[in-house]
Amino acid sequence: MGRIIVITSGKGGVGKTTTTANLGMALARLGRTVALMDADFGLRNLDLLLGLENRVVYTALEVLAGDCRLEQALVRDKRQPGLVLLPAAQNRNKDAITPEQMQKLANLLAEKFDYVLIDCPAGIESGFKNAIAPAQEALLVTTPEIAAVRDADRVVGLLEAHGIRKIALIVNRIRPQMVQANNMMSVTDVQEILAIPLAGLVPDDERVIISTNRGEPLVLEANLSLPGIAFTNIARRLEGEKVPLLDLDAPYNTLIGRLRRFFSR
Amino acid sequence: MSVITVVREFFERLFPRSGGSREEVKRRLQLVLAHDRTDLTPEMLEKMRQEIVEVISRYVEFDAEGMEFSLEVDQQVTALIANVPIRRVRPEVLS
Repeated sequence: MGRIIVITSGKGGVGKTTTTANLGMALARLGRTVALMDADFGLRNLDLLLGLENRVVYTALEVLAGDCRLEQALVRDKRQPGLVLLPAAQNRNKDAITPEQMQKLANLLAEKFDYVLIDCPAGIESGFKNAIAPAQEALLVTTPEIAAVRDADRVVGLLEAHGIRKIALIVNRIRPQMVQANNMMSVTDVQEILAIPLAGLVPDDERVIISTNRGEPLVLEANLSLPGIAFTNIARRLEGEKVPLLDLDAPYNTLIGRLRRFFSR
Repeated sequence: MSVITVVREFFERLFPRSGGSREEVKRRLQLVLAHDRTDLTPEMLEKMRQEIVEVISRYVEFDAEGMEFSLEVDQQVTALIANVPIRRVRPEVLS
């Protein structure tokens, strides 16, 4: 049986779908078989970030209705043969599917794939409950902002209440320069407040936007960018490898920065 | 004033730091999470405060003005912190 992991956050717009797309691709590049499930019924986007939107024929709903087989609904990625997407329905809402049905689909996928990653919708209502129902583990995505961290903390409580104890944190959109100027919480600040283990950190980078424009996850690039390395590192940690955290401060180890640290001692 | 202090002050004037909102956001988060993590409503908290005051005042006289009563959070543990400045122990308790 494969691992079923939900990628969740509480707050919207912090990078859940970007994380799901990149981790899925990175795991596939590491030689694993991966099924990505879009749990955001009515507002599906995972197909776009993967650049697979033109190849969606059936969705999870047709599988459940018996209109097609599960294999027919899976969109295979041509760049990474180990990766498939089970799309959500776009013309329906969150109540079109039940937690039991999500569980059934995820379990079927886990029989065939090493990883089943579920892209959770924002919020803590029915869409969230559907997405976490089949999961044994959770990756909690947040950004170093007050609203995102507060929502993440609420989600930790809800995941634990649901019996998901294996929760790891991804701090997204770090701006090292702002952290150095004491105008942004650091990864350690966020992790200490939420008190859950760290799966990784991702710097804020305009290349993330460019990659979503193109539908080409960052981890596919031949020469990996810093955020591309960050996502690959998280995938390697999921695989049990010990990978040191990225040092985002390195480019800002300027003379002024070093002098300031020297004098403020 | 030592040489190093002079250099430091000169340096700070040359390259001033920006405001530094990091500590403020951490403090605000800690406070809001302390309340989020408990299911205590403000009414329940106030009732609890009154009842605790009632019990304490049976034994001691205290400074009601200087009393602090708050929820604080540290590493997933929420604590109720009560700071009660005691004036004196009630004589009837001692006898």
